[in-house]
Amino acid sequence: MGRYIARRFLLTIPVLLGASFLIFALVYALPGDPIRALGGDRPLAPAVVAQLTDEFNLNDPLWLQYVKYLGDLLQGDFGTDFRGREVIDTISQRMPVTVQLAVVAIAFEILIGIVAGVLAGIRKNGFFDNVVLVSTTLIVSIPILVLAFIAQFTFGLQLGLFPIAGVNEGWYSFLLPGLVLAAGSLAYVARLTRTSIAENMRADYVRTARAKGLPRRDVIVRHTLRNSLIPVVTFIGADIGTLMGGAIVTETVFNLPGIGRAVFDAVRAQEGAVVVGIVTLLVFVFIFFNLVVDVLYAVLDPRIRYE
Amino acid sequence: MSTASSSVPTSPARGAGTPILEVDDLRVQFRTGSGLVNAVNGVSYTVSEGETLAILGESGSGKSVSAQAIMGILDTPPAEITSGRIVFEGRDLLTLPEEEQRKVRGPGISMIFQDALSALNPVYSVGFQIGEMFRAHRGTSRKEAKQHAVELMERVRIPAAKERVNDYPHQFSGGMRQRVMIAMALALDPRILIADEPTTALDVTVQAQVMDLLKDLQRDTGMGLILITHDLGVVNEVADNVAVMYAGRIVERGTVDEVFGNPAHPYTDGLMRSIPQVEVKGGRLQPIGGQPPNLAAIPSGCPFHPRCPKRRTGAQAAPGRDCVADVPPLRLVVPGRQAACHYSEEVLGV
Repeated sequence: MGRYIARRFLLTIPVLLGASFLIFALVYALPGDPIRALGGDRPLAPAVVAQLTDEFNLNDPLWLQYVKYLGDLLQGDFGTDFRGREVIDTISQRMPVTVQLAVVAIAFEILIGIVAGVLAGIRKNGFFDNVVLVSTTLIVSIPILVLAFIAQFTFGLQLGLFPIAGVNEGWYSFLLPGLVLAAGSLAYVARLTRTSIAENMRADYVRTARAKGLPRRDVIVRHTLRNSLIPVVTFIGADIGTLMGGAIVTETVFNLPGIGRAVFDAVRAQEGAVVVGIVTLLVFVFIFFNLVVDVLYAVLDPRIRYE
Repeated sequence: MSTASSSVPTSPARGAGTPILEVDDLRVQFRTGSGLVNAVNGVSYTVSEGETLAILGESGSGKSVSAQAIMGILDTPPAEITSGRIVFEGRDLLTLPEEEQRKVRGPGISMIFQDALSALNPVYSVGFQIGEMFRAHRGTSRKEAKQHAVELMERVRIPAAKERVNDYPHQFSGGMRQRVMIAMALALDPRILIADEPTTALDVTVQAQVMDLLKDLQRDTGMGLILITHDLGVVNEVADNVAVMYAGRIVERGTVDEVFGNPAHPYTDGLMRSIPQVEVKGGRLQPIGGQPPNLAAIPSGCPFHPRCPKRRTGAQAAPGRDCVADVPPLRLVVPGRQAACHYSEEVLGV
């Protein structure tokens, strides 16, 4: 297992290199001159433009820019944006917001999604199963933008239960955006759990568990749920990676200064160093959580062994 | 549907001890998309201490369904027990609340299944799964349950039980896995063990070992054994009494020696003729003609009549004994032998 994990970590190196170069090239290919755009309506003095262009190596060919960037990166220097702000500062400021949002969203997915899925699955075609079916279909078919406004209007404005925007109330500020962000995945987790449970309820070993005279709770939790969780864990693992990348729509609607908006702003300003720095980090996070999922497989199912 | 079989006299058992389990006129239906399927249609039998009752029949004859009904593990719906009694140690299990029924499963009646690989949960160690019996029924601690599991694994002769208790089902061979199932089923010394095709998935040498083990354990504990199988050889070797099932009902019952030696029902007779004979070289096997009955549309009269070489109908039949119109009740033909055929005496040659 240890060797397997080490090998997987080594494999991330070429992936990170490839991903960062690709992003670097895409930012490079964007039309327009980011330095000239800095001035807005008032043009910058040609000398200033020339100096900044030189400082950020913008006259070099693409490959040389990339190599210089990598060289800095290897020395732990993420570079600065055109205004001189350290990219690493932006990340450390924005990332906690996104992590909090993701944690809340994942918690909703696991709690509500799995519980609803189990209740629907153990009584397939029952009343609760149909409730879950209809409500998840409804949630999936509403765009997240609309869902966010409905949530803000109902729970924030009319009922006054949650703050509508900002991060001033700590974790409490993240409940509503977290729920909105989780909604789609939550519906999917519920469906996935439901199908998996319903299928496993017919398994021979569940029949054995009942023949052993185990209490119903043990039959379901121990002998059905655990075996049903593998596809659910796969999905949630991949979803953590996605959520960590920030949610531009949710962060914008709820005015959360997260990493998603930071990337969005950086792309618009053609801040190559910012975009590449953040996105490369996100690629790493994504790979990391996929590895965690793979390791979890072996914990959930002893038939899976990595050697 | 006839209710004739409900009035059947008690078992002609050779089983010495007192009756432990009494099944009376058990009927099970399945509601499916294409209509009602009558899987079990009035099955009655008793099992006594130390007795081995073999229930013999082809797939779809209702032998497994009736066993699952006794265990209370039928999926309801689609299955429904429409009538009958299952009396275990004086109590009718079908009228007990679910929680009381649950307490019988394991310490009272226990069951082992055909395919141990799919019947054991792949994600728990065998020790954990055996130990669960103690934890669920006796509140034993996890650690103590594991010790019990080791003892049981030794009892079913699994080598190196102490080392293997933490292994998972997929790490065992087929025969060893079936021993794990047996250890689990016997954990709480049940009075009745139902073995549903326990050796079908095993190769022949392992089959013999597992059957020997079951017989030894039965001798030690005095439990009643219900052996569900379609393997005539296994029945011949280990069973005391045999009940032959066809289309959800018992068509013949008696001691193994007598039933196998001289069948009183044309279906049993057909089964005996379909066995390959070592002495008869080069001869053809004689299969029973026709198709197994469709349980959604069981033939009128005797369910076996479309395949029966001895059927009589119309003018050939005696009054009230028309094979196509009259359902033959399971009746005493000669002492110790019951058969559900209008013309058993002729089949028997008495």
